[in-house]
Amino acid sequence: MTVRIQAADFDIGSEIAALRRANPKIGAVASFVGVVRDVNEGGAVEEMALEHYPGMTERAIEEIISQARGRWNIYDALVIHRVGTLKPLDQIVLVVVTSGHRGDAFAACEFVMDYLKTRAPFWKKEKTPSGARWVDARASDDISAERWRLKG
Amino acid sequence: MITVLYFARLREALGTGSEQIALPQTVSDLDGLRELLAARGGPWSEELAANGRIRAAVNQSMASGDTAIADGDEIAFFPPVTGG
Repeated sequence: MTVRIQAADFDIGSEIAALRRANPKIGAVASFVGVVRDVNEGGAVEEMALEHYPGMTERAIEEIISQARGRWNIYDALVIHRVGTLKPLDQIVLVVVTSGHRGDAFAACEFVMDYLKTRAPFWKKEKTPSGARWVDARASDDISAERWRLKG
Repeated sequence: MITVLYFARLREALGTGSEQIALPQTVSDLDGLRELLAARGGPWSEELAANGRIRAAVNQSMASGDTAIADGDEIAFFPPVTGG
């Protein structure tokens, strides 16, 4: 597994190519890309700053991937999460999962993303026309993560 | 000594991102430390109130109020996470 926290942008094509290189058993690659929107809770967003907890962030995501490995048949997983200043249209996060079949790849990819949203220590601060504000955690994210407890 | 880290909105409200604290013998878990810090008053009592939504980690793992802490630990307090 690979977990990278970085300020730099990433190229989805080359990341996927690298993850599935030299493994002809892979039959499915599922990926998710999160991007910055120009609006949140009705207000315009000019840019955002992403802060994280170096060390714990990587460990938390590695733990999430380990849990995914325990639940689905996947070959490998990659998570890249950007930090620092980002603007609307910028990519924030990439999750890629490889597997023999699509069912495991889709499920594991969604699981990693749902758990990342509620368990990986990142915080967003938005710059808006009326000033900067820290983004509040959403109850819907807790619900999205919680529903995986009910599934097997 | 323990290292205590503060992140995001909490770091700004408290005006510090990290500090070293000599752990009193009376404090043995996370809730005890939170109460010790809240007793400083002002933003400390507001941000670290018992009924607040603050999260915490001990040695870089998510922890709860009854998680034991000891000399040498790295403790972190922070708001609910908003990545992704």
